[in-house]
Amino acid sequence: MKIVIINYGAGNIQSIKFAIQRLGFEAQLSDSVEEIQQADKIIFPGVGEASSAMQKLKVTGLDQLIPQLKQPVLGICLGMQLMCQHSEEGNTKGLGIFDVEVKRFSNQVKVPQIGWNQISNLKSDLFRGIKENEFMYLVHSFYAEKCSEMIAETSYDTYYASALQKDNFYGVQFHPEKSSDAGEKILENFLKS
Amino acid sequence: MLTKRIIPCLDIKNGRTVKGVNFLDLRDAGDPVDLAQFYAENGADELVFLDISATEEKRKTLADLVLRIAEKVNIPFTVGGGISSVEDVDVLLQCGADKVSINSSAVKRPALINELSAKFGSQCVVVAIDARQIDNEWKVHLVGGKIPTKLNLFDWAKEVETRGAGEILFTSMNNDGTKSGFANEALAQLSEELNIPIIASGGAGNMQHFADTFKLGKADAALAASVFHFKEIAISNLKDFLNNKGILVRR
Repeated sequence: MKIVIINYGAGNIQSIKFAIQRLGFEAQLSDSVEEIQQADKIIFPGVGEASSAMQKLKVTGLDQLIPQLKQPVLGICLGMQLMCQHSEEGNTKGLGIFDVEVKRFSNQVKVPQIGWNQISNLKSDLFRGIKENEFMYLVHSFYAEKCSEMIAETSYDTYYASALQKDNFYGVQFHPEKSSDAGEKILENFLKS
Repeated sequence: MLTKRIIPCLDIKNGRTVKGVNFLDLRDAGDPVDLAQFYAENGADELVFLDISATEEKRKTLADLVLRIAEKVNIPFTVGGGISSVEDVDVLLQCGADKVSINSSAVKRPALINELSAKFGSQCVVVAIDARQIDNEWKVHLVGGKIPTKLNLFDWAKEVETRGAGEILFTSMNNDGTKSGFANEALAQLSEELNIPIIASGGAGNMQHFADTFKLGKADAALAASVFHFKEIAISNLKDFLNNKGILVRR
C-alpha cells in the first residue's frame, strides 16, 4: 500500500510519519501531483494559519488536485479546516469539499483550545473500536460548525464538528498521531479502510 | 469537555535525564525516551523536556533526542532550554516536537515571540516565566530564577499573550522545590487577566496540591517533576483522586 502525506510546508509532518510507522506501515512525504495521484491513501496535515497554508497549496496546484481525488483522504487539524467551504481565519476560501463554515471560538473560553477533549456521537467506520466520549488531543482556535457531514462532535465554547466525512474524504480536528492508543487506532482504521 | 492536563517534566543533560529517577522497572531510567514512553503509557497528558546542557554540540544532541522521542511517544511534548532563534525552533519542530518553550530569550528579545507565532503558529509557542514574590510583588527572574529583572509577572504575561504566545508556563520560585503546593493566588490572577491556557509549575508535593491548583489556581495544566520521578505520586492514582474531586481528567 502506498501512503502519501501531503508535504506543503505546514506543520508537524514527522509525527504523523512516525505514528504510521508504529502501525507497521511506511508513508512518504510528497508535494508532487503525480505521486499523490498514485497513492492508495492520502493524509492531508496542517498546522498554522489558514490563508498562508491555502496560498502554499495554490502554488503547487494542490488546491485543484485534492478535491478531485478518488482514494481515501484524511485531513488533520488545519488540513480538515481547509477542506471546508470557508474559514474566518484570514477570510480564507477553502477547498469546498465539506459544506461547512469554519469559525473562531469566542472569547468566553481560552483560545486556543489546547488539550484532551471528548469525541461523541460517533458515526463512521473511522471510529471502529473507539468508544463514545473517547479523549483526543486538540490544539486549535477555529472550528467547523455542526453540519450534516459531521461524524463526531466535541464541546468547547459550543458543540462543534470534530470530524467530518463525505464520500472518500475524511477530516478530523484532533491529532490522531498525538492521541495515544485511541488516536493510533483511528489512523489504523483509516489506513485499513 | 476539555480536561485538566498532568505534565511530567524531564530535565535533560547531554541527551540523558538528570534528576535522579527512581524507576527500577525501567530498562534505563536515564534514557529520556524510555522514561517518556513509561509516562505516556501511564496516563501523562503531555511531556516537557527541559535541556540544561551547555555544550557546543547541544543543538545537535537535542535535535537527535527529539527525533527519537517523536518516533516512540504518542502524546504531545514540548522542548525547552536555550532556544533563542527561529532557526532553533524550525529544527526542533521538524524533528517532531509539538511545542517549544522559551524563557530568557523572550525577555532579552520579546520580538522573538512575534516571530515564532507568525512563522509556526501560536499553538506551538509556550513562554515559560519564572517569577519570585518579593515584598508583595511578583518579579520575573532569569536563568532558572537566579537573576531578577524589573519586569512584573502580570505585565510581562500580558505582553507575552499580546505578542502571540499560545500558553504560559508559570513557575513560582517561592514554591519550587518546597513541596508545599502551587502559587495558586498568582495563578488565578493570571488566569483571570489572560485568555490563553496557563500551566502551573513549582511546589507539587501531594495529590491535594494538584486539586487545589486546578480549583483555586484555575490552572489549565499542572507540571511536576520529582513527585512523579520518585514515584511519590502515580499519575493513574492522581487522576482517580482528581476525578473523585469533580475535576475532569482523561482516564
